[in-house]
Amino acid sequence: MISGTRPLRRWYWVHKWSSIVCTVFMLMLCITGLPLIFHHEIDHLLHEEVDASVVPPGTPKADLDVAVKNALDKFPGQAPHFLIWDRDEPNALLISIGTSITSNPVNNRFARVDAHTGAFLDSPDVTGRFTYIMLKLHTDMFAGLPGKLFLGLMGILFCVAVISGIVVYAPSMRKLRFGAYRKDRPRIVRWLDVHNLAGILLVMWTLVVGFTGVINTWADLVLKAWQYGQLAEMTAQYHGREIPTRLTPVQQAVDVAVKAVPGMIPSFVAYPGSIFSSKSHYAVFMRGDTPVTSRLLKPALIDAETGQLTDSRDMPWYVSALFLSQPLHFGDYGGMPLKIIWAILDVITIVILWTGLYLWLRRRKPARVALAEAARRPVEGQVLTS
Amino acid sequence: MTTLQTPPARARRQTLAQIFTWPLVVGVLSTVGLIAALVGDGIWDGVSWLTLLLPILLYGLFLLRPRR
Repeated sequence: MISGTRPLRRWYWVHKWSSIVCTVFMLMLCITGLPLIFHHEIDHLLHEEVDASVVPPGTPKADLDVAVKNALDKFPGQAPHFLIWDRDEPNALLISIGTSITSNPVNNRFARVDAHTGAFLDSPDVTGRFTYIMLKLHTDMFAGLPGKLFLGLMGILFCVAVISGIVVYAPSMRKLRFGAYRKDRPRIVRWLDVHNLAGILLVMWTLVVGFTGVINTWADLVLKAWQYGQLAEMTAQYHGREIPTRLTPVQQAVDVAVKAVPGMIPSFVAYPGSIFSSKSHYAVFMRGDTPVTSRLLKPALIDAETGQLTDSRDMPWYVSALFLSQPLHFGDYGGMPLKIIWAILDVITIVILWTGLYLWLRRRKPARVALAEAARRPVEGQVLTS
Repeated sequence: MTTLQTPPARARRQTLAQIFTWPLVVGVLSTVGLIAALVGDGIWDGVSWLTLLLPILLYGLFLLRPRR
């Protein structure tokens, strides 16, 4: 169409092929991602939940050991892996329970416990939920780590398509004003304008959401790197030990951590032997209280036998990068208005993908063939009616 | 597909700078918006909403405005 110079043709080639390969998967990701923006609201709407008691501010929290015991009473013989303070539901605690401490935490059940009374609330099986199915499709297509890494690769191609799209935007706008939409022209021209305009307006958002999505596909690897790096280093002197038979109360471990890391509040506790701690420690992950610092976790390792602090360090940059990339991908860091904006931008991205697919399919067919077909059609019609 | 270069939207040939002025403005504001809500709450959220709403409003405006 545009008789560009050779480097420009190469950019067209890059834009075309990076898009073709990733478009079907990106469409799937945009469609499954849309309800995930509102997963909390959807779960709340579709599923019954036992509400935690609403209490005046300043009401003391329940003893954590009581809370954990109440949860475990419903799962006899099983083991707590994590104790989580849900930032979206401050009146409840989540306890992630596995069949044993060595079982795969992917299969854990969550028990909800009242944060103030310590009473067991419920432990819904989320695996049949609409939002769970969307989440699995969105993160790994039910294919585990290979599925994640594959989608990450598609995300990289998407970023390449966005960047090459900026380059090929220039020649098609040489004779057009910014924002031109030729609404009286044939569909292929109109959709080209719809594609170009949306693509260039959303460049930063699609790049950021695309690339932070890619980073999220590496989460498992990043956390593995942390375990074998910083965590192993911090717990080197405990290497080879087994999980203590009698554990320090988890409440005491949290109290020690809160004292050791002033100005931060606990986000979650990993039990000794779970994937986020050593066999000899409670890892109490502390967070700040601004939008940024609430994402950056700082673990305090508490000796599970003595209840003493072993070490507390900031997490390495690659873990911080992962944590910071999460809000930028989910859009959950600026209240409901930001979520709605996220959803609209997601829908416009679907428009970009769809029009791009259409433009490619139309252009595959050379104009002459299309003309010849059009010329033949009335003749065929006559044959059929005669 | 020479039809792409005929009026009414025809304008004189633009330079790269002219083509990318507005996209650059929108891109910079989007970046500000993406970061603002991370920095703080309250006013920072507001900055984020307005700057990220801009590309959506522009898109609607350009597609829906009457023919000139």
